[in-house]
Amino acid sequence: MAGPQNAKGQQATAAPSSVPTTAPAIELRGISKAFGPVQANKDISISVQPGTIHGIIGENGAGKSTLMSILYGFYKADEGEIYIHGHETQIPDSQAAINAGIGMVFQHFKLVENFSVLENVILGVEDGALLRPSLAKARKALQALADEYELRVDPDALIEDLGVGMQQRVEILKALYRRADILILDEPTGVLTPAEADHLFRILEGLRAQGKTIILITHKLREIMEITDTVSVMRRGQMTATVKTKDTTPEQLAELMVGRKVLLHVDKAPAHVGEKMLEVANLRVIDDQGVERLKGIDLTIRAGEILGIAGVSGNGQTDLMEVLGGYAKATGSIRVNGQELDLTGKHSDARSRRKRGIAHVPEDRQSRGLIMEFPAWQNIAFGYHHEPEFQKNALLMDNAAMVEIAQDKMDRFDVRPPNPQLAAKSFSGGNQQKIIVAREIERNPDLLIVGQPTRGVDIGAIEFIHQQIVALRDQGKAILLVSVELEEILSLSDRIAVMFDGKIMGERLPAETDEKELGLLMAGVVNDKNAVKEGAV
Amino acid sequence: MDFLTIVQISDSALRLATPLLLACLAGLFSERAGIFDIGLEGKILVSAFFSAAVAASTGSVWIGLCAGIAVSVAFSMVHGLASITFQGNQLISGVALNFLASGLTVLVGEAWFSLGGRTPSLAGEARFPNLELPFASAVADIPVLGPIYSDLLSGHTILVYVALLLVPVSWFVLYRTRFGLRLRAVGENPAAVDTAGISVIRLRYTSMVIAGVLCGLAGIYLATGLGSAFGKEMSAGRGYIALAALIFAKWKPVPALGATLLFGLLQAIAIRYPKLDLGIITLPAQFMEALPYILTVIILAGFIGKAIPPKAGGEPYVKER
Repeated sequence: MAGPQNAKGQQATAAPSSVPTTAPAIELRGISKAFGPVQANKDISISVQPGTIHGIIGENGAGKSTLMSILYGFYKADEGEIYIHGHETQIPDSQAAINAGIGMVFQHFKLVENFSVLENVILGVEDGALLRPSLAKARKALQALADEYELRVDPDALIEDLGVGMQQRVEILKALYRRADILILDEPTGVLTPAEADHLFRILEGLRAQGKTIILITHKLREIMEITDTVSVMRRGQMTATVKTKDTTPEQLAELMVGRKVLLHVDKAPAHVGEKMLEVANLRVIDDQGVERLKGIDLTIRAGEILGIAGVSGNGQTDLMEVLGGYAKATGSIRVNGQELDLTGKHSDARSRRKRGIAHVPEDRQSRGLIMEFPAWQNIAFGYHHEPEFQKNALLMDNAAMVEIAQDKMDRFDVRPPNPQLAAKSFSGGNQQKIIVAREIERNPDLLIVGQPTRGVDIGAIEFIHQQIVALRDQGKAILLVSVELEEILSLSDRIAVMFDGKIMGERLPAETDEKELGLLMAGVVNDKNAVKEGAV
Repeated sequence: MDFLTIVQISDSALRLATPLLLACLAGLFSERAGIFDIGLEGKILVSAFFSAAVAASTGSVWIGLCAGIAVSVAFSMVHGLASITFQGNQLISGVALNFLASGLTVLVGEAWFSLGGRTPSLAGEARFPNLELPFASAVADIPVLGPIYSDLLSGHTILVYVALLLVPVSWFVLYRTRFGLRLRAVGENPAAVDTAGISVIRLRYTSMVIAGVLCGLAGIYLATGLGSAFGKEMSAGRGYIALAALIFAKWKPVPALGATLLFGLLQAIAIRYPKLDLGIITLPAQFMEALPYILTVIILAGFIGKAIPPKAGGEPYVKER
């Protein structure tokens, strides 16, 4: 394994970000790649200076991941050249990319779950036929990397026992152990809590300070503004602009991404609230392991109101949604429109919930919201497939009607491509979400439960989905919004409840609070009036 | 039941466990690399036939051994072609190979020897001799340990000792070598292997070759060690029992030895006592023969710990972003 050394020589003097005279760490010239009729990348040229953090931003499906896959040897470009530190480099496979000093942290981690951290780190770069010396060497190297970059991970822990933040660190360590001096991160914060994301950024800043070059692929403007030196914008397979981050604004970047002006803040009129639509009292859930996940939840949502639930994921939001959606049992009381819901009996299933006017956009759209292998038209009918408009007669379903209805919804909800025959998995994240939102909102529910409506969704679709949610509110419906994105909670909600450890920590009005206060509540720190209690102990 | 009977049953159990153990290790290498191999049965059968046929024709069991391994590996490669290169369904490919083996051995056997699908009886150089371990006859008279050494452990063909030796060897290869690390990784998450710059396809084909060789040995032992000729359908479901043992052993080499010895013991008891009289009830031999499967169902139902198969098992690897 002499390979990983190759790129080292040229990188010996890592240039500070402001000196343009050194050869760029990466230069792509005229890269094009087509998948059948789809032109994923079209004549892309980009140049990344060594020792900088370079953001690549674009909507889902803009071609960012394809471009990086070409750079990592997963795909071969149809046209174009790659220069690494000024030398033209062929990257036919991942081994070549690793040899050229490129490391990649994929959005979905490429780790062997029942292996230890050490085993994952050495996989593919073992020093000899026997493992023992490689493991010992890697253990030492990890210690050194941990000291250098604040990347502490227990080398003997199994991956499956680590949280996503830690797993991501293992991916970064893998790249560094392979002596990568160019690190590509694909949507690294999609799975992280805000605190974990902040820690990641500190690590990246540390790496930059050591002269590493970092490419950050994301569709979150906040991250680009916070950490990058330069940013390139991609739209529909093309590179539309490369600018210095300090010379641009989020609004300008959003416009470049989407190709038109985007409302970054949700435009909504004041709420006109009506009767109590949802009343939750003393709701408790105990899971299979006997752990109490909900510890007595009390909530009220009125007609024409959006209640946002903020919280770090895993603090009971999922359980609350599962009970409301009809796939978890609970004790306590839930009233919808004044009528008590069955929480344990045979009317506690999802179908009964739908009958009672509760529509549900699940958090995990790929496993709960869609059947990925099935076409869009079937997915749009699911959950409502027993409704009269889908029946031909007593025995048969009316497939033609389903396709027609699906086509109509896809057109109105701007699902791209608007082809109901396409399998759900063939759509981008944003368009998958639009399919689900179209299905649920169009049923005209009294109460809509929405979980992470914009997770992994691009800006254009976020705007659209937010507008749909607000429009439903303005029709006098109640909406329960669960999101880990504080920005989304703050801009969309009429009232905010913060969950921590299965309890509601407090309620706030968006105008009277900020990310800082909510962040403290999310961490379980009860402030102001309750602070007295802590001091007294 | 006296001591001598126990030694004899144990001796018989060891002989019957050997083909199971070899096939089980074959399945272990294959499934740890992410390829389900329901075709173990077929590979045992073709190897048994071709090794017996070639040994009968040439008079040399070693040439028979080469032939058996070659045919078994060839079957493995067909399975690899279908399930790795063409990303087909691994169960269907395996079942097809089993059918092919079942028909092919009888057809070729009848055309070759005209003995109704059998091969001529093997004798002398065409069979594996039983090996006497050193001092076997000298220590035979020592109470307890003597019979265990000279009757139970000594006097088997070389393949029995090879199979036993393969257990620690497999363990070492899997857990202490680079190849083993990569093999286990490719059965759990081939994408991790691919992004580490290692060829998933080459690793999986290598595992198929190993499975072919081990299955070949199992078949050869059946026809030239345990038996003295090939008989129609002589694998008699051993490939499936080996798969059951693999699940029973949770895809680990040392427990695989335990599982196959247990299943071998059940077979030995069934042969020795066609009707096992337990005083209250009499168990028919069929019950003993069914026990491996019953035990496997119990294991799969999660009563005795959890049997978690390699995560990427049965899934062809398709590169994606």
